[in-house]
Amino acid sequence: MLHVERLTRRFPNGVVALDGIDLSVGEGEIVSVLGTSGCGKSTLLRLLMGLDAPSAGRVTVDGVPVTGPVPSVGVIFQEPRLMPWLSVADNVRFGIAKLDRTEREARLAEALELVGLTEFADAYPRELSGGMAQRVAIARALVRRPSILLLDEPFSALDNFTRIALQDHLLRIWAAQRITMVFVTHDIEEALTLGDRVIVMRGSPGRIHREILPGPRPRLRNTLAFHTLKDEVATALNLFEDAGGI
Amino acid sequence: MSVSLTLAGRKEAAAPPRRARRRLPKGWIAPLVILVAWEILARAGVFKPNLMPGPTDVGGELLYLFERGRLFDHMGMTLWRVGGGFLAGVAAATLFGALTGYSRTTRELLDPTIQALKAVPSLAWVPLFILWFGIFEASKVALIAVGVFFPVYLSLMSGIQDVDRKLVEVGEVLGLGRFEIVWRILVPATLPSYLVGLRAGLALGWMFVIAAELMGASKGLGFLMFDGQMTGRPAQIIAALILFAVLGKLTDAALTLAARPLLAWQDSFGTMTERADAAR
Repeated sequence: MLHVERLTRRFPNGVVALDGIDLSVGEGEIVSVLGTSGCGKSTLLRLLMGLDAPSAGRVTVDGVPVTGPVPSVGVIFQEPRLMPWLSVADNVRFGIAKLDRTEREARLAEALELVGLTEFADAYPRELSGGMAQRVAIARALVRRPSILLLDEPFSALDNFTRIALQDHLLRIWAAQRITMVFVTHDIEEALTLGDRVIVMRGSPGRIHREILPGPRPRLRNTLAFHTLKDEVATALNLFEDAGGI
Repeated sequence: MSVSLTLAGRKEAAAPPRRARRRLPKGWIAPLVILVAWEILARAGVFKPNLMPGPTDVGGELLYLFERGRLFDHMGMTLWRVGGGFLAGVAAATLFGALTGYSRTTRELLDPTIQALKAVPSLAWVPLFILWFGIFEASKVALIAVGVFFPVYLSLMSGIQDVDRKLVEVGEVLGLGRFEIVWRILVPATLPSYLVGLRAGLALGWMFVIAAELMGASKGLGFLMFDGQMTGRPAQIIAALILFAVLGKLTDAALTLAARPLLAWQDSFGTMTERADAAR
């Protein structure tokens, strides 16, 4: 479905942000990409989004090389990035303006329902909490019925409670629609809760270091198995060594 | 029935004091105090009447102009000049500001030249404009247009450049074309700073119309002032000053009011205090 072949991104200043990344994401799969800041995971996602061009290698969606944003790929950024001059409903409608009216309104109602914001259709972004605003961003992506969803640390700016609620929310949406997802995060628990596979990246230059399979769902955050996995991932991230051997 | 009557009676009785308690808008307090003090000082002879007549004399002058039908002639003429110059200046500034704000190439090509022209004090254009356009309306409108141009141009160009790149990326991933990104993201996002530029431009327009009318005119508020100076009638000069203030304030308020529905979404300190005022 989504293929990445020997993807390399070298910035003009000589920094190699990505070095020969190979990755395949199957239909209906959730792949978490985990790494510390500066490991190139956001650069990777920008290349998948078609917002940046690789120095070498390529990205294909359903066999077609990505040279710019792809209509069947939905994107959710770290910040909600809502248009402050548009109401919630108009923000969600923003990417489906070309559909005919009946279809557009039906999809809008469905998307707002899905994120639980039907009552806030007429509110403006300034009136929303951070979690609500991010839910609007999710609705704006889903309303286009994407087959792939790319998420760039979408919950990292939210408080812990809201983050866990939205992770569960995202999983329910996934269970219902089986959208393929690539979820970039720097939160180990989040990567393990959401991903069918967890890709661990290490930086300078950005490479895939390991792949971890967290096992069957649901993944309860308070089990021993989950904690063992967390330790394994932390080791893979080289966290203990960086912490000075504590 | 008697019950309803007393109730109705009570309601009516309760209403007037409430209305009487409605306070004067704060903005009126200072001018009223100044007016009263000014009148008292003028009557007491502290000010020389041939230099600083009292408010009632100025009012009499306004009434005199009004009765002879000259008041709206002068105001209309000045308004026409400001309006024409404003529209011409805004049109040119919008075209160039949009071009230089949107495209790096046009900015590198044109902006240095425009910035250099900005360094010329605008009144220095007067001799050239009179030579080019004659001493009548065209040179006046051109001078005002030059004054209006720069603030509008600068705020539009920087407004477009300051639009959040992240919002533009949203447009890109949602499959918007170039024109749609301009129309649906850049234009609304730029409106607030554009409006600031329009207001600054309008204020300069009013400044330059005085210069233009003092240069030579047979009509208009600037002419009234010049005439008052030549004939030694300070009441006429002050009357024209007040009319300038009123027209300037009214046109600015009209501009702000017209833009308000377009900017209702703004989430800033200014709108916060405005909303608090509305709730009061």
